[in-house]
Amino acid sequence: MTLESAQALAPAERAVGLIGSDLTEKSLRLHLEGLPGVDAVGLEQRAAGLGTRSIKTTSKARALDTIIRLIDLTTLEGADTPGKVRSLVAKAMNPDPSDPSTPRVAAVCVYGDMVPYAVEALGASHGDPAKGLISVAAVATAFPSGRASLHVKLADTADAVANGADEIDMVIDRGAFLAGNYGLVFDQIVAVKDACRREDGSYAHLKVILETGELNTYDNVRRASWLAILAGGDFIKTSTGKVAPAATLPVTLLMLEVVRDWHRLTGERIGVKPAGGIRSSKDAIKYLVTVAETAGEEWLDPHLFRFGASSLLNDVLLQRQKLTTGRYSGPDYVTID
Amino acid sequence: MTEISTSPTHSFLDYAPAPESKSILHLKKSYGLFIGGEFVKGSGKPFLTVSPSTEETIAEIANASAKDVDAAVAAARKAYDSTWRKLSGADRGKYLFRIARLVQERARELAVAESLDNGKPIKESRDVDVPLVAAWFFYYAGWADKLDYAGLGPNPKALGVAAQVIPWNFPLLMLAWKIAPALAAGNTVVIKPAETTPLSALIFAEILQQADLPAGVVNIITGAGDTGEALVNHPDVNKVAFTGSTAVGRAIAKSTAGSGKKLTLELGGKAANIVFDDAPIDQAVEGIVNGIFFNQGHVCCAGSRLLVQENVHEEVVERLKTRLATLRLGDPLDKNTDIGAINSREQLDRIRTLSDIGEKEGAERWTAPCVIPDKGFWFAPTIFDNVSTSSTIAREEIFGPVLSVLTFRTPAEAIAKANNTPYGLSAGIWSDKGSKILAVADELRAGVIWANTFNRFDPASPFGGYKESGYGREGGRHGLAAYLSSAGWGAK
Repeated sequence: MTLESAQALAPAERAVGLIGSDLTEKSLRLHLEGLPGVDAVGLEQRAAGLGTRSIKTTSKARALDTIIRLIDLTTLEGADTPGKVRSLVAKAMNPDPSDPSTPRVAAVCVYGDMVPYAVEALGASHGDPAKGLISVAAVATAFPSGRASLHVKLADTADAVANGADEIDMVIDRGAFLAGNYGLVFDQIVAVKDACRREDGSYAHLKVILETGELNTYDNVRRASWLAILAGGDFIKTSTGKVAPAATLPVTLLMLEVVRDWHRLTGERIGVKPAGGIRSSKDAIKYLVTVAETAGEEWLDPHLFRFGASSLLNDVLLQRQKLTTGRYSGPDYVTID
Repeated sequence: MTEISTSPTHSFLDYAPAPESKSILHLKKSYGLFIGGEFVKGSGKPFLTVSPSTEETIAEIANASAKDVDAAVAAARKAYDSTWRKLSGADRGKYLFRIARLVQERARELAVAESLDNGKPIKESRDVDVPLVAAWFFYYAGWADKLDYAGLGPNPKALGVAAQVIPWNFPLLMLAWKIAPALAAGNTVVIKPAETTPLSALIFAEILQQADLPAGVVNIITGAGDTGEALVNHPDVNKVAFTGSTAVGRAIAKSTAGSGKKLTLELGGKAANIVFDDAPIDQAVEGIVNGIFFNQGHVCCAGSRLLVQENVHEEVVERLKTRLATLRLGDPLDKNTDIGAINSREQLDRIRTLSDIGEKEGAERWTAPCVIPDKGFWFAPTIFDNVSTSSTIAREEIFGPVLSVLTFRTPAEAIAKANNTPYGLSAGIWSDKGSKILAVADELRAGVIWANTFNRFDPASPFGGYKESGYGREGGRHGLAAYLSSAGWGAK
């Protein structure tokens, strides 16, 4: 144990509560490495089993509406413009102009500099998705690579919050995690959480992106999930969408098992957000089944589960139209955003 | 919690019914015996086969008398002498490949028939039973022209006519386990499915006709215990293969002793599923569920004794209960059903009796919260905690969805408890430590040992038991040995 790693980590309420007040790199490491292992074959088998549930008729109709309510409608392109963001917001508020009974999505997810345009476009519709309003989520902390100094990451975060972002999607330092510097990753999450603080003392919700495609093993995903929760994350999120593989059902199942275990241990509910690669209603329904049968159906709530997706919404709308009209329409019968 | 659902009274988990359609079945009102390539009338009093989930009659089934057994064995003998033994291995393989492909083509129909007649959930018959049936035929089709490499020396010989009696828990899969290696090795067959589950075997007979298998190579006769008895004791039979209860197996061993018939028995089990404290806990819980609640626990190799290390006992049992509460019991044809019906009233009574004994002997009973349908035979998933090694439910095979939980403190104690049973068919070990798995597996007296999984089958892997679980192996190269003799020895 070096002197440096013997230094106490930034105080984070949850970690102190679970591991003790003498929180150090070492005590954190002992905790994370003491978690039970994950058997990859068994995990994938269970995910495949959940994927065989057959959700039909009335259940399917409800599932489709639930999916829409849980979507973070996303645009994260270098080519994004204010016009593109306004168009995305319009789609979020009125996903299917041909059917006013269509629910709204939970949030729009954009780069930090696009937050003011999203907030402006939403106007009175901006707010808590549980109240039928739409939140603004911003990716921050040198998304998607996370390769910047902490100073830059914090400024990125504070900037987005000041512009009116309700939710911050941060990335962890995967390099530090893979090198075993759990304390560094932990301290950064704590610092970003602190940067989510608004002037009135409230906090923007913090989603911690693990980028599971770069963590490579399920054991790592479990450790990173615990680390993110212990450091104060409100949500754990699979991916940036910029790295393949992005969200997979086994990875999401594993993260749901972690939040279920955390709830069992503390009574506190943490959210999960699979992002990237979920494009069809059929796939999204498999995720809903996995949520309900793993963490419980109370997790099917925009405060506890989100899909990070862009093309998923239109597939759900097509399926929804099929259920109401009895026939399939085509891609030109839903709007591009 | 906020109001978000369209109708708050509706639970997402109330999945709308998703039944597999029965319209794919073309059932006859009554079925005869399949002898010499044709369906013929039986001379015994026909019986009815019922669906255990509704108690409705599915079809009338012929009952084979001793006279019919004679006719079936004679047809098999004739086919053996005149056709089958003269065919090259490659030609026998062609028929087996053809059967395998037809099973795949008619997979949905076979799965529906199996779930209807047996009560097992369609997701199991569709995703496990029928695909394995096809896999078994494909596997042994490949062996038919390679028998020289079966490890029995050059040019091994078929035995002749094989009499095969199979149980009701995996009606079609057990049929495949018996017929595929027998035919690959060059034998002809008379097979008797269980009286409560004859349906899929009779559809399989139609597949044999479709495959143009020479008449008499496979004969399927239906009936109860006396039909089976007449078959295995028939003097013109060279080989007897039985899967079923230890009591019947013992009687067959006695009656065939000294007759020169080659015998393989696959009997009961009381498998230990050993969970160490370093196990991947969520996957272990899945494995425990799959070990004992797969096919309503009607599995001879079911992990019916959970041996869990004392320091994780409470956690494992708590997680197990949470998981069991999500299992769906009901219509076997519904694609979302996890637990189907118990195969017969007789079996249900046995499960109830043994469970009551378990409770009386002081074990702590817990039953999963399931709504039991009004009609049919059902038993909710049940756990008995704090079971001692001397308890009846820790010693006797229950053959139902009932798990007995015992604890241990050290690997040595786990091994001793696991082996402390008259059976020895299978066992499971859960640990993240490979060296520990290998060391423990080495000490277990069980024919099949699964590591960090349970109830997985593959045609290339031999399956069979120690002690009262029987003898002989099915599957793999070893499965061929049951149907072959080394050249110049015992061949007729």
